[in-house]
Amino acid sequence: MEIILSAAIGILSASGIWLLLRPRSFQVVVGLCLLSYAVNLFIFSMGRLTPGAPPIMPKGGFVDPTRYADPLPQALVLTAIVISFATTALFLVVMIASRGMTGTDHVDGKERSQ
Amino acid sequence: MAEHNLFLLFACLPFATSLILLTLRQTARGAATWLSGLSLVAGLAILAGFLPDIRTGGVLRASGEWVPSLGMNLALRMDGFAWLFATLVLSIGVLVVIYARYYMGSGDSLPRFFALLMAFTGAMQGILISGNVLVMVVFWELTSFMSFLLIGFWHQGAAARDGARTALIITALGGLCLLTAMLMLGQVAGTYDLGIILRSGDAIRAHPWYGAILALFLLGAFTKSAQFPFHFWLPGAMAAPTPVSAFLHSATMVKAGVFLLVRFSPALGGTEAWFFTVTGIGMITLILGAAVALYRHDLKGLLAYSTISHLGLITALAGIGGPVAILAAIFHICNHAVFKASLFMAAGIIDHETGTRDMRRLSGLFRPMPFTATLAIVAAAAMAGVPLLNGFLSKEMFLAEAVDWHNGTWLDEALPYLAVVGSCLSVAYSLRFIATVFFGPQATDLPKAPHEPVAWMRRPVELLVLICLLVGIFPALTLGPIVNAAARSVAGAEMPYYKIAIWHGVNAPLMLSLVALAVGALIYVFSARAIAAGPEGPFLLHRLRAQRVYDWLLFRLTWRLPRLAHGVMSTESLQPQLRLLVLTGVAVAVASLWGGLTLAQELRLHAPNPAFAMLWTVGAACAIGAAWQAKYHRFAALVLLGGAGVVTCLTFAWFSSPDLAVTQLLVEIVTTVLLLLGLRWLPKRRSEIAEDKLMPAKIRRGRDLVIALAGGFGIAAIAFTVMTRPVVSNVGDWFLGNAYYEGGGTNVVNVILVDFRAFDTFGEISVLAIVGLTVYGLLRRFRPAPESVEAPYQQTVDDSPSLDDYLYVPSVLMIWMFPILIMLSGYFFFRGHDLPGGGFAAGVTLAIAFLIQYIATNVRWVEARITVLPIRWMGFGLLIAVSTGMGAWLFGYPFLTAHARYVDIPLIGQVPAATALLFDIGVFATVVGAVVLMLVAIAHQSLRASRMREADELAAAKKEAA
Repeated sequence: MEIILSAAIGILSASGIWLLLRPRSFQVVVGLCLLSYAVNLFIFSMGRLTPGAPPIMPKGGFVDPTRYADPLPQALVLTAIVISFATTALFLVVMIASRGMTGTDHVDGKERSQ
Repeated sequence: MAEHNLFLLFACLPFATSLILLTLRQTARGAATWLSGLSLVAGLAILAGFLPDIRTGGVLRASGEWVPSLGMNLALRMDGFAWLFATLVLSIGVLVVIYARYYMGSGDSLPRFFALLMAFTGAMQGILISGNVLVMVVFWELTSFMSFLLIGFWHQGAAARDGARTALIITALGGLCLLTAMLMLGQVAGTYDLGIILRSGDAIRAHPWYGAILALFLLGAFTKSAQFPFHFWLPGAMAAPTPVSAFLHSATMVKAGVFLLVRFSPALGGTEAWFFTVTGIGMITLILGAAVALYRHDLKGLLAYSTISHLGLITALAGIGGPVAILAAIFHICNHAVFKASLFMAAGIIDHETGTRDMRRLSGLFRPMPFTATLAIVAAAAMAGVPLLNGFLSKEMFLAEAVDWHNGTWLDEALPYLAVVGSCLSVAYSLRFIATVFFGPQATDLPKAPHEPVAWMRRPVELLVLICLLVGIFPALTLGPIVNAAARSVAGAEMPYYKIAIWHGVNAPLMLSLVALAVGALIYVFSARAIAAGPEGPFLLHRLRAQRVYDWLLFRLTWRLPRLAHGVMSTESLQPQLRLLVLTGVAVAVASLWGGLTLAQELRLHAPNPAFAMLWTVGAACAIGAAWQAKYHRFAALVLLGGAGVVTCLTFAWFSSPDLAVTQLLVEIVTTVLLLLGLRWLPKRRSEIAEDKLMPAKIRRGRDLVIALAGGFGIAAIAFTVMTRPVVSNVGDWFLGNAYYEGGGTNVVNVILVDFRAFDTFGEISVLAIVGLTVYGLLRRFRPAPESVEAPYQQTVDDSPSLDDYLYVPSVLMIWMFPILIMLSGYFFFRGHDLPGGGFAAGVTLAIAFLIQYIATNVRWVEARITVLPIRWMGFGLLIAVSTGMGAWLFGYPFLTAHARYVDIPLIGQVPAATALLFDIGVFATVVGAVVLMLVAIAHQSLRASRMREADELAAAKKEAA
């Protein structure tokens, strides 16, 4: 499992980085989305993989922490998901505003040949 | 104790007044004047109360805590010198306030002007009464800033802006030098306490840092007191309103530099280096200022250079540094403040009543304004050093020092001659001021017909001139004792009482004074005509201007050099920057992990599950596909991106984090819709971009592929290494163990978000709200590219009414989903504390409910039926979150402390009723508001585009008809 997930994180981030370096603004936005998946999964996996043990506690009684998944990376990633949505929205708006103003969707606001 | 508190009150009073003044209406001229005046008078009353202590050589102290972590207290200290100076500042302040009330026009905001003036007064007296040298530097810089605002008060004029900027740059740079000097001084003396530093002069002078400290200290003092070669900012500052010039550039701010020189002369002075730099620069400034003053045609320009010259005189005295010299310096500080303030005010009156300050145009004003003329003539005579006026006394003391005091150096030998040259020039320019402005034929072509000003505008001048006379005739009865007390507090208690008198018999200083008067008069008489016709400076010297050097430097440093550096070191293109960023990230990771990234002894591995492998085969294909297609097939890329997102979401679910899975799924929906809405505004890309096939493009892609693969491989390696290490106990265990007992919820992730780490969550919803508003704000001004304004292809081919029936059944279903989604949202919300769900998930769900209505029908249909006010949702959400947090204060707990319990509700059963739930409501509302705001703002662009289209068509039709 671990090897599959780390490979997945690698592929997601490689695709994301590749797109980040592309010239068209939509490519960059998609790249950022992919990169945010990769980073979220990366942070999440720092709490180790624990199938079948969500951090839902019994009401009262002794709690054995080793029996549950680590809740901290989950809490971090949860807000990260919402924030990455917000930044995606912001990039998107900057992207279409720049497109409206400059007439091109090149990230520099002008085509390379100009 | 009462004295201690009064002292603190004294320090705070001007600042408090300034704050109150800012709240006044712009038209409340009378109230602003009374408030400022009374505040200054109250300050004077407190000072009067301190007088008995001060006269006997006492030192008042007070302190309040300020930055305890730095050991920096707001230590205050007042001795005779500070007392005298503060009295001077406040007294002239009162007069300036009265004068400004009548000088400033009805278009100027008097409350704002006085607020700045009061803040400046507070900063100025702060310098005087600081007991800690660092506090002193803070006030010192504050005066620079306030003077910037005051000089630039008429910021509509370019001259005022330039003058203000020059003054700020020069004095604030000097302030930084002074700060460094003070820090070094503190290191040498072992304390920042002013009193101790002043007493440890021997240790400071013997220290190897003495040279550096002296240089930096003098830079600070010279820039502030407009000493050569930094003098040029003062004439530029004459663009300020005249009350500001009268206050800042005669009595207070420029005197801060000489105050510092006199104050620190026991600690830093007494060496040859001190004497040569301070007296040398002082004498150069004295003569240069006086020489240029003679040639200036602008009335205020003449006074500004005269001020520079007199500051030079005081500096020179501080450089000599003996008890009598210190006393003379302090005495001249007072005298100069009095006559120069009155002259500035008189110049302001002339400007106000005639409309010009050009001395080539002004003439014969004695006839239309005899009172003002008399006052100005007496004040100018004091400036020239005519007997029976205060200026004569201190100037004679200066001449006496120049003649009597010796240390055997060449500069000492030259002092009397230089002093006489300066005095002659001073007489000449004073005479020029009197003769050209008030005598001769009456000018006829003035912008306004001159007449006497309103009586109250003249009162301050009358009072100041009266003081000139009183001090000049009865020096021993008026200023004598207190000047002695001030000098004693600087030079030491053993200093003998110096009796200031008018008549010392016929001696060298008196002869020199008379020579100066005679020669000065001759200079004026013989050169008057040439000066009036000539340029604004003595021959050759007017070509060599410090201002030009400054402009040249400023242009190089703030314009040419940055542009050059930008061209060399930066780029405006995004791709190289991002590439650099990624490469730096890779390099830093490699550098810090080199040799340290080893696998654990025993790998913590789970057996690979084929289904999971299949899942990520799809996920990886989606990710790579999205990367591949994003340029030419945006829609396909978007779908593939969604695929990768869904796989991510399933991964979260697989590894025990239902909360993340739910949130990811919901956010995935919103993101996809959002990007879909954005696609509409991008250019069509049906054909290949020509240069994509060329070699450079291929090379670029190859290079980026290598970078991407390196980055991806590195991240995968790190992830694998960490994932396979054994679990170490961490703070997560504490959260698991205490979620129920401390947070009152069984879903630990939610309890962390809304209780344990609620402050982080609060920060995050604030970010979300800010982003929402930013998106909204950016889109309000959005103008689409012309080619995107046309109706989309789908809407043009099929223009029949059947368009309304497009996807009819799905849209009906979607409309019906509305109540169900609202219920789902409520369900997510209420179970959140115990089971997967929570405010974030519930908020996004409700946003989707709204969103689906927009998709199913259209903007107009939805908005005719429901009104969503997303900004209010956000606002109330944040308010709820904040007030829940602040509610904890009522019970004496820190911000955002939560209380948890379960409540039995009939039929429903046990419900968690933690205050964290209230906080979660805030999170919920903010998320709903922000998400809906962003989506609706983008969706509305289509509506606007169709409106623009209709407007265009209408315009075209009109043109055709015409």
